[in-house]
Formats: sequence, structure tokens, C-alpha cells
Amino acid sequence: MSTSKEISIIVEHVTRVEGHGNIVLNAKNGEIKKIQWQISEAPRFFESFVRNRPYYELSHITSRICGICSIGHALASLKATENALKIPISSQTEHLRKLPLHGENMQSHILHVGYLVAPDLYRVGSVFPLISSAPETVKKIVSLHRLANEMSDLICGRTTHPITLVPGGFSAIPSKNKLNKLKTRLEKSLPVCSEVANVILDNVDKLPDFSRETEYIALTDKTEYALYDGKIGSTDTGTHSVEDYESIVNEFIVPQSTAKYCKHRRESYMVGALARFNLNASLLHPKAKALAKKFKLSPINYNPFMNNIAQIVEYVHSVEDSIHLIDMMVDNGLNREDKPLKIHLSAGRGIGAVEVPRGILFHDYTYDNNGLCTKANCVIPTNQNHNNIQKDMEAFTPQLLEKPKDEIKLNLEMLVRAYDPCISCSTHYLDVRFIDE
Amino acid sequence: MTKKQSKPKIAFFDFASCEGCQLQIANLEETIIEVADVVEVVEFREVMTEKAERYDIAFIEGSISRPIDEKRLKNIRKKTKILVALGTCAHLGGVQRLGNQWSIKENLKEVYPTAKPADMKNNEFFEKPRHKAVDEVVSVDYVIPGCPIDRTEFIRVVVALLHGNKPPIPDYPVCVECKKKENVCLFTIGKFCMGPIARAGCGAICPSHGNECEACRGYISHPHKEAQIDVLEKYGLSAKEIMDRKTMYTYRYVENEKQEEEA
Repeated sequence: MSTSKEISIIVEHVTRVEGHGNIVLNAKNGEIKKIQWQISEAPRFFESFVRNRPYYELSHITSRICGICSIGHALASLKATENALKIPISSQTEHLRKLPLHGENMQSHILHVGYLVAPDLYRVGSVFPLISSAPETVKKIVSLHRLANEMSDLICGRTTHPITLVPGGFSAIPSKNKLNKLKTRLEKSLPVCSEVANVILDNVDKLPDFSRETEYIALTDKTEYALYDGKIGSTDTGTHSVEDYESIVNEFIVPQSTAKYCKHRRESYMVGALARFNLNASLLHPKAKALAKKFKLSPINYNPFMNNIAQIVEYVHSVEDSIHLIDMMVDNGLNREDKPLKIHLSAGRGIGAVEVPRGILFHDYTYDNNGLCTKANCVIPTNQNHNNIQKDMEAFTPQLLEKPKDEIKLNLEMLVRAYDPCISCSTHYLDVRFIDE
Repeated sequence: MTKKQSKPKIAFFDFASCEGCQLQIANLEETIIEVADVVEVVEFREVMTEKAERYDIAFIEGSISRPIDEKRLKNIRKKTKILVALGTCAHLGGVQRLGNQWSIKENLKEVYPTAKPADMKNNEFFEKPRHKAVDEVVSVDYVIPGCPIDRTEFIRVVVALLHGNKPPIPDYPVCVECKKKENVCLFTIGKFCMGPIARAGCGAICPSHGNECEACRGYISHPHKEAQIDVLEKYGLSAKEIMDRKTMYTYRYVENEKQEEEA
């Protein structure tokens, strides 16, 4: 029988994920000796070198933790700074900030599902062969990616490392005319979203059928599908104040892996689109809700591969919510609000939490009386997921052992990819050696 | 030779970075489909599984920090005809170079106070994490500066390199581009800006959006001699004062200066 074989798989630097991670599997006679999710990214020590930097530099520095979620990092950073220094923001600023957060979620989700996951469904190594084999679908995916980026370009000056987001508000704001044009494009994208979703729906059976009960954590709010703000929600323990984040994430280190791990009530928890969906699905906009139904996605769903589907659902929700936000801003009239802020500096600590594509993100800063940062802590979504990836691997691998080696490898890589890990983010601070056996 | 075999082989590699410069390649949107038609992308871990042995052009993103990274980079250098440093991390060492201000021990202690010394001992992942630019480790044929890189500049450079040319990197201050755009000078409204000494090529994107230039493309070659003198004079500033005020991306120059003083 095939279980008597010895299986040894080492995937060094898993491809089509952000950053450097490895998968190691050793099995003999159907018994798993070792299954590990490892990280080998170079450390950059952000929390160390932001010390002594002035408050107005912080969001520009920490956005560089991650190119893919730089807007989310900038917003978590600004919220932390504004909380620490008691800088108020207007409701216009809050609405306007929500737009690029949607833009970034849309950009990241479509990049992930369209460019990084779709090749697995077609059993090819990258999106490049799909350009010739499925040109129409690729073009639609590209158009959705372009829309997401142009939305962030319009509000932030550029899509990666936003320029206009500053403490207290914006250094420049878009015209009403441009916002209306954006709205028209968003409306036109909804049918394209459906077409792309249908292609994925035709292939959804290629996502492995695997479930493992776990805890889901995401921001949650009574009035909207929380992304920019809210309380910490858990499928196990209800809601918690953002100020208590350290007792939720409980960062710790394990010798066999790299970045800090996290756990709350169980041995691991998951953050990201599926976690948000599991906690907040009832607050999705109608078209997103309908799409979830089409994919038979309903809370609580314990299949990590459905994170890909939750991302598609969220793309549609973000389009709908952006249209709603633009309507609201245009109705209220846009104020320029570009006068330099008068900030009264005093020592303090502030925490900012934002939902970014891969899950809940925390920035926590302490400033001295001169507005210089003395202490920083950033807790990254992918760090919170590493432990859950490991536990999923342990539960998923026994189902795979009968399969050919290439299929085992592909399935494990697909599992990692389903989490859309952002390893640059997760090792922005730390790397630990793997202890070889 | 078939047409496919004759396409130039292009590869992308990432070191310590946010991978935002690679993302700009994905952000070329439809243009990337056209690019894929004239070149063969043979290695690009972030978006593809395949790997290759030889490249015509290798793009390097990220700063180089540990001996294992240096080894990997030197190996890439051996396998490529042209090596391009992509973005500020590869060009200058990135924001993370600011970490070089502290000892490795101090950085580890600040970021990871509970780490056991045993976890770090004989640990190649922890060995000498000092951030350097790519040209401090291997020879570099071309630089595309910026944090992040500008997508259109990337395409311009690739097209030129494919034709055997090296397009000149702008060597004049950001002020030149900013004035062309008829922006209000940020100094006049009480803000600070590194434009008078920062290398142009970005289209003055930050000042055009009401935010100060942070010199992510580094300084012009001779900032003390060739800065935007009229702006400096008008606001009573020297190049040195601008350099000292902000070092987010320019810590490489601070390190160079220290080394020169020591030598």
C-alpha cells in the first residue's frame, strides 16, 4: 500500500505568496514525523528604529512594513498617533479614509484570487499561461485590479505608500467631479465582478474540502461591516476593547518557527476575510450577501480555503460601500480642510486597529512631550495566522498522504496561499533559526 | 531558434523589503500583458512557481542584511548579464537602514525583549543583520530609485536596457519638476521639504500632493554645489540643514560621512 512509502517534502520559499516561507513534511508508513510551516524572511526591526522619530514621520515609515497593505498600515499608524496625541479628525476625513482602505482590500483580494490562486485551479505555475488560455477572464481580472488601484491613486496620491494621509486628515483631497467619475466606474465594475465570480464558481470544487474548528477574530461594529474601526470581536468570546489587544493576541515564540505566534482561547485563531465574514456577514451590502449565498458561504464556515471566496465577496462589498460613501460625501459637500494642524504635543500612548486585507492590524505607539516616538509595537495579521496555518497543516496532511507527492505538495502550498500570507509584514521585526533535526 | 527562445529572460528577486516595488510591476495592469509578450519572465517568486538558471536581466528588490543574503545575491550576480537595483531599499538600504544606528543586540532587545540568547546563538538568520544597498555587495549595472519605484520609469528603463542602452538617471533636484508643475512651494506655507537636494525623476509626486519630499531617490550627485540655490537662499537654508533634518531614506549618506571622518 502506498502508506508504506516515505514522504519527504521541502518547499523552500513557497511561491505566489508575499515574502519567504517554507513547508517541511516528513512522513513514513503513513505516520507524520514532521509537518512545519517555517519563515525565513530577513528581519528589519521597525519597532526599534522608529524610536526617536517625530510623530509626523511614523505613518510614512511604518507604511513601508508592507507594500501590499501600506494604506492599512498608514491608517493604523495614524489612528495610533491621533489617539496618543489627542488629534481630532472630521467625519469627512473618516469617510475619505475608508475609500482607499476599500481600494486596498479590493486590490489585494483580486491580486490574490486572480493572479496567485487562479493558477492552482487551472494547475499552472503562474498567471502568465492564463493570459493566452483564458485572455478574456484575465482582462476582466486586470480591469478590477486597475480600478482598485486607481481608486487609491485618486485619494492617496498613489496606491503603494500613500502620500496624502497625514495626522489629522489629508494633505490634499480629490475633487467632487473626480469622486463622481470614480462612482460611475465602481457601478460599472459590478457586472464584471459577477462574471469573474462565475468563473471562480465553476472551479470552486477544485478548492480542497477541509474544515477544522478554530476561533475567528476581527474588528466588529454594530452599524457596519467593520474595516476602519470597531471593537475586537471573537467567535468564541464576544467583543473586547481595542485597548485590551495584548490580552487577545498573546504573542509568543515557538522554537520550530520564526515570527512571533499568537493565540487566544484555543491553540490558534484565524484573522482575515473569512474571519470578518464569520463575525460580520449580516452587515454586508446586498450584492455581496447574494454572492456569498451563490457560493454557499455562510457563517461560521471552518474551511480555510473559503478565505479565497470570502475575499471575492468582500471585493463586491467594498465596491458597494464605496459607492455609498461617495454619495454621502458628495451630498454633504467636500471641505478642503488643508490648513496645517496646530497640534499641542504632550506625552501619551495610543493604539490604532484597522482591518487590512489579511486581517486585524494593531499599531501601538508611545510618544514623549516633544512628539518623538519612544516605544512602538505592531501586531500583524499574518503573525496571528501563522499558528493557525501550522495547526491546519497538522490536521490536513493526514488526509493527503495517499496522494502522489506532487499533489501533497500542491495541496499544502494551496493551504498556505489560502491565508494570503504577507511574510514581509510578519517578519518586519524578527527572525528565529529553525533547529534542524 | 524559435521566437519564444530568443526572448530576453527577466527575473525578479526580493531581499529585505516590503515587496512594494514588485507590486508596481503587477500594477502595470494591461501593460504587463504586453511586457510578457516581448520578454520571458523566468523567475518571479511572488507571482510564479517556475525557476531558471540564467537571466539576461535580474531585478533586485530589498536591502542586503545577513551573510546568507549576500551569498544569495552573489549567486544571482553570477547568473545574470545585467543586474538592476530596484527601489530605495536596493539603491540606498531603505528605511530599515535606520536600524543600523543601534547595535544588533539593542535592536533585538527592543523588538524582542524575551528572546533567549540560546535561540540566537549560531543562528545564520540572526547573523549581522545590518542593512546595506545592493552595490555595497555586488556590482550594479543600473538603478531604478524610489520608494516605491515609478511604474512608467520601470518600463522606460526595461525598454532601453533591452535595446542595449542605459537611460540616464535624472541628476537634478526635485524642485525642477515641482516648479514645472507650478506647485506652491511647501516652504511658503510653512512646511519642510527635501526637494532642493533630492534627486528628481518622480515627477515631484509628494509635493504635488501637499506633502514634503523625503528624498526617497537619494540626493543629487553634488548636493552642496548643485542644490536648488534660489529656494535655499529664499528660505535661508543650507543643503546641510536639509540633510540633518530628515534621514528616513538617506541614512546611507550619514554612514558614509561617518566612515569618511573616521578614515
